[in-house]
Amino acid sequence: MSIFEYNGSALIAMVGKNCFAIASDRRLGVQLQTIATDFQRIYKVHDRLFLGLSGLATDAQTLYQRLVFRHKLYQLREERDMKPETFASLVSAILYEKRFGPYFCQPVIAGLGDEDKPFICTMDSIGAKELAKDFVVAGTASESLYGACEAMFKPDMEAEELFETVSQALLSSVDRDCLSGWGGHVYVVTPTEVRERILKGRMD
Amino acid sequence: MGDSQYSFSLTTFSPSGKLVQIEHALTAVGSGQTSLGIKASNGVVIATEKKLPSILVDESSVQKIQCLTPNIGVVYSGMGPDFRVLVRKSRKQAEQYHRLYKEPIPVTQLVRETAAVMQEFTQSGGVRPFGVSLLVAGYDDNGPQLYQVDPSGSYFSWKASAMGKNVSNAKTFLEKRYTDDMELDDAVHTAILTLKEGFEGQISGKNIEIGIIDSDKKFRVLTPAEIDDYLAEVE
Repeated sequence: MSIFEYNGSALIAMVGKNCFAIASDRRLGVQLQTIATDFQRIYKVHDRLFLGLSGLATDAQTLYQRLVFRHKLYQLREERDMKPETFASLVSAILYEKRFGPYFCQPVIAGLGDEDKPFICTMDSIGAKELAKDFVVAGTASESLYGACEAMFKPDMEAEELFETVSQALLSSVDRDCLSGWGGHVYVVTPTEVRERILKGRMD
Repeated sequence: MGDSQYSFSLTTFSPSGKLVQIEHALTAVGSGQTSLGIKASNGVVIATEKKLPSILVDESSVQKIQCLTPNIGVVYSGMGPDFRVLVRKSRKQAEQYHRLYKEPIPVTQLVRETAAVMQEFTQSGGVRPFGVSLLVAGYDDNGPQLYQVDPSGSYFSWKASAMGKNVSNAKTFLEKRYTDDMELDDAVHTAILTLKEGFEGQISGKNIEIGIIDSDKKFRVLTPAEIDDYLAEVE
């Protein structure tokens, strides 16, 4: 089994009209055994920037701590929050530093940039950025997620419709993957508020 | 910095609490050619005298005003070779920032890092402080900015400032002439008039250097012909 599939994960980020949604599953496993059903994969970097980390859980946690460290120093030095594009470049540089002994993670970055324009991107474990205008996916369920998103995505969805679409895409994809699931965790971010919702899906 | 025999700092405190080496460095700056900078509402101008030691020197090969990034420029008073080293280091720092964040470095951050370098040379083994004060002019998301960086590593943001020989006359002149809503063209005229105050000999496009950055955020050094045009307007 690949090291990326050791813990199991599913991540999705989708762009709407002046808003975005980022969602993950909640399972933490050790190969076939389920250890936790409330594992957090999505972290807030600042009010308008969220980071999801799929892959090996230990690397995800360590990488998150390193990135938050860098971001806090940036905030203190520059007296402003990092733009999502800047943060993505930083993550890419940090991943590439470990080119020959990488973090076994695939990050998904979602944020609101200048003029409330939503920004999403993902990258591989050594920092190859993939910007997208519609959606990005990561994790053990990524193949199903790609199919579900491609079918369900529409451009310029409002926050509520975006939430429904993301939830449906996530739940239907993790149902086809034994290593991810046990519910969902969805954040829908607009310029004025962040709504966090827990989904109940098939608990297996 | 320095080999093992000089792992102690040469810049040490005097009983009165001063760092004598830095005082001497400031003296070196104070005997350098006059340079000045003015922040306008829509840009920044920096200027300096370019007095060459002999008429045989090819003045087009001497560039006292340099750009650090496309939107940040710098001028100095003091020792030219020290300035070149600082420019090189600052450019590298700006590029490293860009490589990491894929964003142009904000002016304050570059000034801070350059100042940190200058401070290192006042507290490391076997080295002396830089014999230059810098005037850094830039335009970024926070608007036009002008900073002075001293050999000690302290930096200040100015609306208008001067350094080098004739600094007190130049500053008095600038205090009288500066207005908050000055536009860039007015600022260039004021800069020329300020340089003229202490200038020995005939001022022309060949013996002063002027760099400007306006709201298009591109720093550029004026050609001698452009300087001559401004000089004609000032007459």
